[in-house]
Formats: sequence, structure tokens, C-alpha cells
Amino acid sequence: MSKKNKLAPYMKKKLISYLINFLLVVAGFVVINVLTTLGVIDRYIAGILTMVCINIILAVSLNLVTGILGQLVLGHAGFMAVGAYTAALFTIHSGLPLEGFGGAITFLLALVLGGLVAALFSVIIGIPALRLKGDYLAIITLGFGEIIRVLILNLDFTGGALGLRNIPGMTTFNWVYILAALTVYIIYSYMLSRHGRAVLAIREDEIAAEAAGIHTTYYKMAAFVMAAFFAGVAGGLYAHYIGVIAPSKFNFNYSVEILVMVVLGGMGSITGSVIAAAVLTILPEALRAFSDYRMLLYSVVLILMMLFRPGGLLGRSELSIAGLGRWIKRMAQRFAAWLRRRKNGEKAPKKDKKSRKKGEVQ
Amino acid sequence: MALLEVKNLGIAFGGLRALKDVQITIDNGEIVGLIGPNGAGKTTVFNLLTDVYLPTEGTIELEGNSIVGKKTYEITQHGIARTFQNIRLFKYLSVIDNVKIAMNSQMKYSGFAAVLRLPSYWKEEQRVEEKARELLRVFDLEQYAETRAANLPYGQQRKLEIARALATDPKVLLLDEPAAGMNPTETLELMETIKLIRDRFKISILLIEHDMSFVMGICERLVVLDYGMIIAAGDPEEVRADPKVIAAYLGGE
Repeated sequence: MSKKNKLAPYMKKKLISYLINFLLVVAGFVVINVLTTLGVIDRYIAGILTMVCINIILAVSLNLVTGILGQLVLGHAGFMAVGAYTAALFTIHSGLPLEGFGGAITFLLALVLGGLVAALFSVIIGIPALRLKGDYLAIITLGFGEIIRVLILNLDFTGGALGLRNIPGMTTFNWVYILAALTVYIIYSYMLSRHGRAVLAIREDEIAAEAAGIHTTYYKMAAFVMAAFFAGVAGGLYAHYIGVIAPSKFNFNYSVEILVMVVLGGMGSITGSVIAAAVLTILPEALRAFSDYRMLLYSVVLILMMLFRPGGLLGRSELSIAGLGRWIKRMAQRFAAWLRRRKNGEKAPKKDKKSRKKGEVQ
Repeated sequence: MALLEVKNLGIAFGGLRALKDVQITIDNGEIVGLIGPNGAGKTTVFNLLTDVYLPTEGTIELEGNSIVGKKTYEITQHGIARTFQNIRLFKYLSVIDNVKIAMNSQMKYSGFAAVLRLPSYWKEEQRVEEKARELLRVFDLEQYAETRAANLPYGQQRKLEIARALATDPKVLLLDEPAAGMNPTETLELMETIKLIRDRFKISILLIEHDMSFVMGICERLVVLDYGMIIAAGDPEEVRADPKVIAAYLGGE
């Protein structure tokens, strides 16, 4: 009994924040659905939102390996391709129902299967690459991405360069929204556990992590395989959304595009990846008005970002409601101080920033 | 039976024999010092004990079981923990997370339980939180629990590294120059801390150190290495008077 009482405050605080986040996700879901029925969100916007969700899954899963584990992966689109083709071939050839409730089950099976096959590939790549210390994974995944693309191009059952056609369009906005939310939750909750701490320790110092009793190869594999799984799921969603998939879509450029989202959002920041994925998916569409200059503007935005926030939008920190509250409070205090100074006609104290930093250390 | 028994240990890097015929025994609750001039092979002994290198000859037994060829993390789980000569903390993580990471192998809940936030997750996290805070209290670091490790002053970082090693629940603690870079006051304080943890956690300690007053003040036995071989071993006072040791440190004919 006493044990339960001791547990309560620790758990309660966490559970409340989970509940708030859950309600926010539900609210977002309801709002978008209402707007769709009202006709505010047309098919064009709905399409962009779907791609946003798919890119969120890709960016967050890549962040698990590149930002949190600290291993560069240059072939994330390769895992996505494996998932996309596996899932698409499954729904086309399995003969299972495609409509109604049965269709939902078939789709779910296809997505999970796509994820599992992608994960299987990551195991095959990871075993030799992750037993070593250092950046071998970057080179191996780079090669993997290209091999997969060329392989798909030359196999018969994948449709070659023409691509795979007539994939049933089962991906709706509700599917991608729920799965994106689920992916973020799973990776986030995994991070805030003993497993996540072990993964972070490897990023910080692999030798020290091992000396602290962490089975480094196991945790590196776990993070990498998990990331590949979600990339596979995202691939399945993509295939059933677009309807036609060709190997050229899953090229090196797309891998880099996902990587840019991770870097821009902040390596190791999951919420940062979510925001960056959304911004970088919407940005090219929003810049359509500038037609010819749109890729130029896109690049300029990226360069400016890296100049002014080299650590990414959020750096290593996460966006949270509690954090936002603290930030608003701090800003309000600063504003109040500014107002006071203005009233008294003083100048801003110059040492402000320095003294604050000193205070933090002590 | 000795807790840790090292017999005829040796390693050759190609043609270079870095260590030869090293014998060290450590009993329960002992503090043993490993000293010697620069390049004598002291850290190499630590690296062999924790499987950073595989010895080319000899045996290492912990409580009668050989640990040669076991992986580093397995050795840690068996009860040999170490600190590093150049501090290796998880710099961007909080002080308490540094300690919790070392307790990873004492926790059992699966990744599945973590994602679903099953009761085992809450229970074990709560237990580890309390245990980590208790350990930080011993080192007077509790008020820094949420601070980033990199923001700690140097002396505290050294302490945190020892705390992290202790968090793995070791039987033998290997300290690689724990007093390096500390001022005299900090060194004195560290001596007290090391004695305290030996008594409190009932562990044995093997330490490398160049600060002779520190070594003389704390070690019950000394082992002196020079050019990869043991030139003297035994009581600190005897070792200090040994002509071979004096020759190794100051030069002789």
C-alpha cells in the first residue's frame, strides 16, 4: 500500500502529460476531419497533409538512428522502397478483401509485412556494420539504397522501370494520421525508458557506455531495426496513396531529403523532426506561386536555417506544453523588465546574458 | 580465495611486449595501488581486465571464474567497473541519467513494456530513480541531479564518473588516475570518498595514480610496474624504500 502511494506522484504527473498530448492529437484529428467535411480542406490540401504525415514517420524514424543513436544513415528511402513494394505486392496478389472492414485488416497486414521485410533487410545490413565502432553504417546504407533501387529496376515481379501499377488506393488521411501519431508515440516512449537511455549513452560515448554495462551492439541494432520498420510502414502507406510506384522515386535524393528534415528539426529532437517534416513538405507546395524560383527559395531557406540555427530548429530539446509554458513565462518576465526599464529610462544591462549563464552552472 | 586473481598476464602488440608476467591478487575490501613511470603499462592492465584488449597470455579470474575473452559489458555485469584516465561522461545527459544508464543491466522490463508503459516500467523506473539519487547523495551530487554532466566543475565530474562506475554494482572498482588534475583540497576529499565507498559498498579497489601522497595515504598494498613488468609489490613503506623502484622513478646506474 505504502509503495503504491510513493509511486503515485511520479506516475500521476507523467500520466497527465500523456493525457494532454493524447487529447491534442485527437483534437487535431477531429478538426481536420470537420474541415474536410465542410470543404475547407480540398483534395489538394488533403494530399499535402497525407504526405506530411508520411514524411513525419520517415523523419522521426530516421532521427532515432541518426539523431538519437548518432549513426548516419544515407539509405532511408531504400527501406521505404522495400516496405512500399512488399506491401503493394501483398495487397495486389494476396487475394484478400480490399473493401470494408476486411480491407482494413488486409491493409494493416500489408503495412506490417512491409515494415517487417524492411526490418529484415536492416538486420542483414546492421549485423556487419553495427558491430564495428564508427561511421560504417553511413557507407553501407548508402550502398544499400542504391542496390535496392537497381534491384527493383531489374526484377520482373516489381514491374521494372515502369513501376508497379494498380495498387489499390487504401491510404486515407485517417490512416496516415493515426499511424504517424502512433510512430511518434512509440519512438518517444521508447526513448524515455532504460532502452532509450542506453541508445543515448552510445551516442554520447560508446566506450563509456560499454564500460557501464550496456550491450552496445544490441541497442544499436534495436534502434536501427526499429527505424527500418517504420520506414517500411511509411513506404506501404505511400504506395497505397500514390497508386503507382517506380524505383526512381526512392533514390538517393529522397534519402537526403529525409535527412535534411532530421537535421533541420534538430538531431535528437523528435518534435523537431515532426515540425521540420511538416514545414519541408508544405514549403515546396506553398512556393509554387514562384514557379521557377521555388527550388531556389527552398535552398535559401535551408541555408538561412543552418546559418542562424546550426543545431536545427529545436536543437536537442523537445517541444512540450510544460516547456512552452516556461518559455512564455520567461518571455513575459523579460517583457515586464523591459517595460519597467523603459518607464525608468534606464538602459538595458549589458551583462545580463553572461550573468545568467553563470547562474546556471552553479 | 582472492576476489580477483591475475596470473602471468601478458600482451604483445606485434613484436612489442607491452606487458609480461604480471601477477596481481586483490582480496575482499582491499585498496591496491598500481604505480609506475609513464608508459609502464598501467592503463594496459586495466584495458586487459575489461577486455578492451585480449591478453596474449595468462589468466584473469574473478571469484574463481575466468573472464578472459568476455565482452566488456559482460565483465561489467560480472562485477568489474572502471573509470577512465580522461573523463568519459555522457556529457549532454543529466547527471542522474549518467547514473541510471549504468543501472541498465539491473533493470529487466522489455522495450515492449516500455512502450506500453506497463506496471513493470513504472516500478523499475521508480526504484532506479531512488537508487540513483541515493548514490548521488553519497557523492554530494544530488543537487546537480538535473544538471548536464558537461556543466559540472572538473572535480565533480571525476566524482560522477566514480558514481557511475559504482552504479553497476561492482565487486572490484578500477580507478584510472582519479586524482588527476585535482587541487590538494579536492584530492584530500577524494581520499575520504574512496575510503567511504570501500566501507559502504564493500568493494575492492585497484587504482592507478601518480600523486604519491594520495597513493601512500590510501593504498594498503602497492604494485609497481616498469617496462611492462612488475618490479616490486607489497606494503607501501617497503615499496617506497625498494632500490629498484627508486631507480625506475629517479634513474639509477
